[in-house]
Amino acid sequence: MTTAAAPATVHALDRFDRTERVVHWCTAALGLMLLATGAALYAGPVSTLVGRRELVRTVHVYAGILLPIPVALGLLLPRRGRAFRTDVQELNRFDDDDRRWLRRRTHSRSRPAKFNAGQKLNAAFLAAAGLVMFATGLMLRFPEHFAVDIRTGATFVHDWFAIGVALAVTGHIVFALRDPDALAGMWRGRVSAAWARHTHPRWYERVTGRPADRLAGGPDENPSGRGGGPR
Amino acid sequence: MEPVTPSQPERAPGTPVGRRVVLGLLGAGVLGVLTGARIQDFLERTVGPIVAKDGTGLGALLPFGRFRFYTVTGSFPSRRADEYHLRVRGLVDAPVELSYADLRAMEPTALTRDFQCVTGWRVSDVQWRGVRLADVLDRAGVAATARAVRFTSFDGAYAESLTLEQARRRDVLVAYELQGAPLSSAHGGPVRLFVAPMYGYKSLKWLDTIEVVDEVVPGYWENRGYDVDAWVGRSNSRDDEAT
Repeated sequence: MTTAAAPATVHALDRFDRTERVVHWCTAALGLMLLATGAALYAGPVSTLVGRRELVRTVHVYAGILLPIPVALGLLLPRRGRAFRTDVQELNRFDDDDRRWLRRRTHSRSRPAKFNAGQKLNAAFLAAAGLVMFATGLMLRFPEHFAVDIRTGATFVHDWFAIGVALAVTGHIVFALRDPDALAGMWRGRVSAAWARHTHPRWYERVTGRPADRLAGGPDENPSGRGGGPR
Repeated sequence: MEPVTPSQPERAPGTPVGRRVVLGLLGAGVLGVLTGARIQDFLERTVGPIVAKDGTGLGALLPFGRFRFYTVTGSFPSRRADEYHLRVRGLVDAPVELSYADLRAMEPTALTRDFQCVTGWRVSDVQWRGVRLADVLDRAGVAATARAVRFTSFDGAYAESLTLEQARRRDVLVAYELQGAPLSSAHGGPVRLFVAPMYGYKSLKWLDTIEVVDEVVPGYWENRGYDVDAWVGRSNSRDDEAT
């Protein structure tokens, strides 16, 4: 299922399976399309630049309607969605280590498992914002069913959550570009053991059964260790 | 190292913070929908003017003080200015048809007013230019039996009306310029109505025909529950500052 083999000396670990990657990139494509068309519709300077309002609006509405489908498939597909559901559960749970990660004083001592607390919060925010944008978007698309005040309220919520989503997505992309290993994990599905050991030590321990003492540092010296993520 | 089963994530004992964040934000969303009209109103009054004067251009990205575009049909109708004709008919001495150039040749009137939408948004100090509706009516000559004026749009659906007295106000224009530029299609161009003291829906876009009639006929939005006499701040159960 992976497309590129890792260099022979550093063995690689499976991080995201095919379903997870398809869900991620489909949602990302729809989300970026929504942000771009949304900006063209409502950010004054952009909208005068782009024009073609009717077409842009149609694209925005359809992208919005499709948005929940990839995630819904990941949650519902009985066999193929298993890894996705497992990760969703893990994203949901915060333990003492996440609290360490979030506090500046203790951040350097934290040992994240598959996801760090920032990734968990980002996932929770985007999941909620996606639902809120979807619901208020439907209200704006079919305004005749709602009283004027409710419509204004829906516009208000759609506007401000859009700004929040734009900031969260920008942050997500900046962090991904700064960490090519993490990006490769979502692109090809595999990450180097050295990266996993350093960045997600408790996940490394879980999938390899080997200790990931951070103080040891250095490249991974266990090329014989078996890879294989949760499946 | 304790033995680990690769197929199982450790039984996460932690607290479901993710779920709480999601539920909290969903709650905030619902609350925002229910109270957003009031919050938006407050923000437009307090922060809106500051954003409007902001010189960085970033203010344009914030949801204040901007026009939002509505069209009651599937698309924004468009008509070129050089093909445009405004018809005035009904209870008149002689029906007339005014071209865009005819309108431009009439005595212009400029108005700078806030634009207030019944859904809550408000744009401060919008500059309009056009001719007085009263002057257009006088071109055709209004019959003694006339009581009201009905407007229809070339989008084929949008219609509005005013009493004759309202239509003769000095702050009611047949407008062809907005913020110093010809009216774009999205703004209702090439020619639209601008009824300064009333909510935006009275300012019919894509003005096609003016018909002088003997009674007020409720327009498109009024058939959908809005007030016929749409004075800003004194109708539609709203208390906006008058424009």
